[in-house]
Amino acid sequence: MKYTKLAAASVTALMVATPVLADLVFPSLSYRTGPYAAGGIPYADGFADYFTLLNERDGGIGGVMTSAPECETAYNTEKGVECYEATKGQGALAYNPLSTGITYQLIPKVTADDIPLYTPGYGRTSAANGKVFSHVFNFPANYWNAASLAVNHLKEVSGGDLTGKKIALVYHNSAYGKEPIRTLEELSEKHGFEFTTIPVDHPGQEQKAQWLQIRRERPDFVIMYGWGVMNQVAIQEAANIRFPMENFIGVWWSGGDHDVAPAGDAATGYKAVTFHGVGSDYPVFDDIQKYVVDAGKAAGNGDNIGKAIYNRGVYAAMLLAEAARTAQEIHGTPDITSSMMRDGMEALEITEERMAELGMPGFGPTFTVTCENHGGPGTGAIQQWDAAAGTWSLISDYGPSDMEVIQPLIEEDSAAYAAENNIEPRCN
Amino acid sequence: MFYREAGDFKTSYRDDSQTFPIRLDRMGYYVLMFVAFLVVPFFINDYWVNAVFAPFLIYAIAALGLNILTGYAGQVSLGTGGFMAVGAYACYKLMTGFPEVSIVIHIILAGGITAIVGVAFGLPSLRIKGFYLAVATLAAQFFLVWLFNKVPWFYNYSASGQINAPERSVFGVIVTGPNTEAWAKYMICLVFVVVLAWVARNLTRGMMGRKWMGIRDMDIAAEIIGVNPLMAKLSAFAVSSFFVGIAGALFFAVYLGAAEAGEAFGINKSFLILFMIIIGGLGSIFGSFAGAAFMVLMPVFLKNVLVGGMGWPTDLAAHFEFMIVGGLIVLFLIVEPHGLAQLWRLTKEKLRLWPFPH
Repeated sequence: MKYTKLAAASVTALMVATPVLADLVFPSLSYRTGPYAAGGIPYADGFADYFTLLNERDGGIGGVMTSAPECETAYNTEKGVECYEATKGQGALAYNPLSTGITYQLIPKVTADDIPLYTPGYGRTSAANGKVFSHVFNFPANYWNAASLAVNHLKEVSGGDLTGKKIALVYHNSAYGKEPIRTLEELSEKHGFEFTTIPVDHPGQEQKAQWLQIRRERPDFVIMYGWGVMNQVAIQEAANIRFPMENFIGVWWSGGDHDVAPAGDAATGYKAVTFHGVGSDYPVFDDIQKYVVDAGKAAGNGDNIGKAIYNRGVYAAMLLAEAARTAQEIHGTPDITSSMMRDGMEALEITEERMAELGMPGFGPTFTVTCENHGGPGTGAIQQWDAAAGTWSLISDYGPSDMEVIQPLIEEDSAAYAAENNIEPRCN
Repeated sequence: MFYREAGDFKTSYRDDSQTFPIRLDRMGYYVLMFVAFLVVPFFINDYWVNAVFAPFLIYAIAALGLNILTGYAGQVSLGTGGFMAVGAYACYKLMTGFPEVSIVIHIILAGGITAIVGVAFGLPSLRIKGFYLAVATLAAQFFLVWLFNKVPWFYNYSASGQINAPERSVFGVIVTGPNTEAWAKYMICLVFVVVLAWVARNLTRGMMGRKWMGIRDMDIAAEIIGVNPLMAKLSAFAVSSFFVGIAGALFFAVYLGAAEAGEAFGINKSFLILFMIIIGGLGSIFGSFAGAAFMVLMPVFLKNVLVGGMGWPTDLAAHFEFMIVGGLIVLFLIVEPHGLAQLWRLTKEKLRLWPFPH
């Protein structure tokens, strides 16, 4: 026993002391195993492929090569902590853990270690308030925007009035799924719809009871905040009880191709909110095909290009790369540190011209990050699934969310965090 | 040759019944304590404490707790995760409710609260045994996690149901929160582990431990010779839950810093800790440590070798990790069904005779 332990300790010491130097390091705390791998794989592939593209096509960012070392978290917070500590020493510039649970763990840690945390469309929603959360960014949209966008869409399809309608929320019974409840409660008061919550416990493979309840209570609309295997099961169960798919709308994390595919034709008409473009009809994907996939450097199997969650990985990587570029400009040095990276993220400006230059015209909203607002514009569109064609298509424009309701909630929640942790508001 | 009793004369009963009767063992123990307290803190960094030492030490406490209940008193429990959640949430409520009181007191009180909850869920053990008791404790596991998810008072009405440990210090040294130094985090876990292991060792070789073992080996016989099963079983539940509660409090406050009931304290945690004591050895203090070390360090070690050393893709490595750890568990249990502790015991027996086994 003693010898094995000794050997283990010495080998581990060797292993952790191998930093990647002189690169722009964007650790990818990914998960390619476990019940959430279905969503984790395409996202991690997109994230990695974009950085590979930058290296292959442009020679990195500002002349410095990038790297996105992966660390497997299996969507588990303990492994997330281990991954954070393991990659921190490699000169990590920013973290993107793709897990709300891990995000909650990392918020205080990254603030203490002066590393920015980027959580597009997930994480702690009130981190949009840069006055309290100096190191956390969740542009261009967050959970509460998604809830509001979904309600806006439902209002539109109900002829502009939701009074007396019944909306049920099927949610992952974790920090992630609980996030939109407050917002939806406020919105139900404002629009006069009846609101019920239906939790689904981790990992969500068993949802018979929940959908029986939906069948009994007959809500007009169902909103879903699910992730991983839970999405597929929910859409299948909805099909089984013949719930009309066009009245079933998921958050962007419930809008992957793999989520709807198992239900086959029955999934046609299922909707999801999104904050970026769908499909592979953008020049950037041709570049990825040419420089990454054809060169045999694609992450994973290379078969996810153009899928909804893959696109999100590419989009997140693109925004991080742009922030790194901004940081290089601000500080006048190509070798930026995590602290400079934070400044870059806070000064990030995404314009239509820049998006077109990057081969992603109209892929996402244009916005400017400021010291106060780390959350971006909060706009989004609705995508709908067509099983016969096997594609998502946008059925609405990028519309605004109801910031009148969301902003006070952000203020309230971030104020509570500031009070708990004795944080002085910045940006004065 | 060196490892033997011969020549190591004991002149009092006290010496005769000490934990480490052989000189080499005793010296090993002192060296270990010296290294743990006076060497490691000076060399430890964030990675080592967060990936290796903090989880190992905290799981060792939980394994000690479960070992008292299952290994010594023979009461099977699948509620460990739930009891850890009680410790964590009790600690959270105390930390946020009484910020001026020391965190050490909060952690101990959290253990006490867990002990009370543990006794309540241990009451069925008076009537049911074995698998039936396992199912009753399984109910505790699900009920407790559900409770902490359902009642917002436990998580101070936060929007997401997450609990976050605020910054607290001991003697002016920060031990919880993000600004904790690696050595401080390590030391608070180590102090709790050493004190609790010492308590566990002395409880289990005293009257109470003998009563527990009597109940475990044959409860009717134990009752006939005067062991009160009510007191024995409930005290086992209380002490075990106290340990598990402290482990839960440390797990949340010191190690993770933020937690949610379903994810951090789910049924998987109960099984993990049960595996630890089965692999380590039921009814053995050393076994609790060996099992915790095996279950915590092995995956981290494999991950570092496969991904960091051999450059494998992370998903392949993660799958292999499951297979290797699973294979090793099966192998260990075939080679030695009584766990790593028995392996260690046999090694020591052989060492005593070495190099002349006949």
